[in-house]
Amino acid sequence: MSEILDRARAQVLTDGVGLDEAQILEVLRSPDDDLPELLQLAHDVRMKWCGPEVEVEGIVSLKTGGCPEDCHFCSQSGLFASPVRSVWLDIPSLVEAAKQTAATGATEFCIVAAVRGPDKRLMDQMREGVKAIRAEVDIQVAASLGMLSQEQVDDLVEMGVHRYNHNLETCQSHFPNVVTTHTWEERWGTLKMVRESGMEVCCGGILGLGESLAQRAEFAAQLAQLDPHEVPMNFLNPRPGTPLGDQPVVEGKDALRAIAAFRLAMPRTILRFAGGREITLGDLGTRDGLLGGINAVIVGNYLTTLGRPATADLELLQDLKMPVKALSATI
Amino acid sequence: MFCDRCGEPAAQGDHRGCDAARALEPPRYCPDCRRRMKVQVVPTGWTATCVEHGTRTS
Ligand code: SF4
Repeated sequence: MSEILDRARAQVLTDGVGLDEAQILEVLRSPDDDLPELLQLAHDVRMKWCGPEVEVEGIVSLKTGGCPEDCHFCSQSGLFASPVRSVWLDIPSLVEAAKQTAATGATEFCIVAAVRGPDKRLMDQMREGVKAIRAEVDIQVAASLGMLSQEQVDDLVEMGVHRYNHNLETCQSHFPNVVTTHTWEERWGTLKMVRESGMEVCCGGILGLGESLAQRAEFAAQLAQLDPHEVPMNFLNPRPGTPLGDQPVVEGKDALRAIAAFRLAMPRTILRFAGGREITLGDLGTRDGLLGGINAVIVGNYLTTLGRPATADLELLQDLKMPVKALSATI
Repeated sequence: MFCDRCGEPAAQGDHRGCDAARALEPPRYCPDCRRRMKVQVVPTGWTATCVEHGTRTS
């Protein structure tokens, strides 16, 4: 067994202190033979510092496609020859999506827009949509609308948005290879404003963007420094027409090692399975991830791609005797 | 008729990869005219609308 796992057991499981960048890299480089023990340790850490509950969330795209930014993985950029066309969701359909999400037992509903940052039209649509959802549906509303001004942060707080998602996507050193129309530091600036506003910070990224293992460790350490309430972990699902359309998907064992490493870097965070898990890990890997550090899932479809049916994930949670976090526990 | 994932003629080329991918993707091209459709994905399904051939749903 690797010595790093012994150290992690004492440092993270016993003392609740996350691994640093060098230690995370050691975990990411640990041999396949150690994977079962690594996953068990990450699971023990999650159970000790977070508990058995799993937070369930649904997401929906309020404004799809036509984004002016050039994130190389994204089919919603208007700068690539992607088949995704621009479309807006109307308010009744948004409320219906929130109802369907709540019906799965989910406590979180995240409204997402493909924009650099919101304009007045989008903020008006958000105000109307959040109000309508809060009037009709028992669910927490989160948002993901790109980079914000201070005024927009304040507006979202006033609307009752309780959590804001803004992914750093990858580590600082790799970001310029993936996005050229804005900087990692600009994203960090929005996250700081969100944190200071009292909204919960949701920040993660995508693995498999061509980053090295050292850069994966750098990313986990940078997220740990940010200390978000939630870290969504996506795995690249290469999209036709994007610059990363031919990138290979992350190998299943590497994905599981990364999940465990991120858990050992952030023992108390909500670590969420997000997009790409179906093609990277399949059904068996989803189970392994939930037994290897994950304590939250996005159920149902994603923004432009489809996920497993919500019932499949809910049955799996039941099977694993992991209760779905109740709404009363989140307020 | 056109492949609703890649928009190429359905009878030409190999679309087995497209068929497999479609398990986790909504259609993007109208199979009747290969126009790009306006597609809205929601947590429990999708709708895809061709300006000429109307709306399909999951
Ligand atoms: S800012 Fe968001 S929607 Fe726009 S290209 Fe980047 S990831 Fe896609």
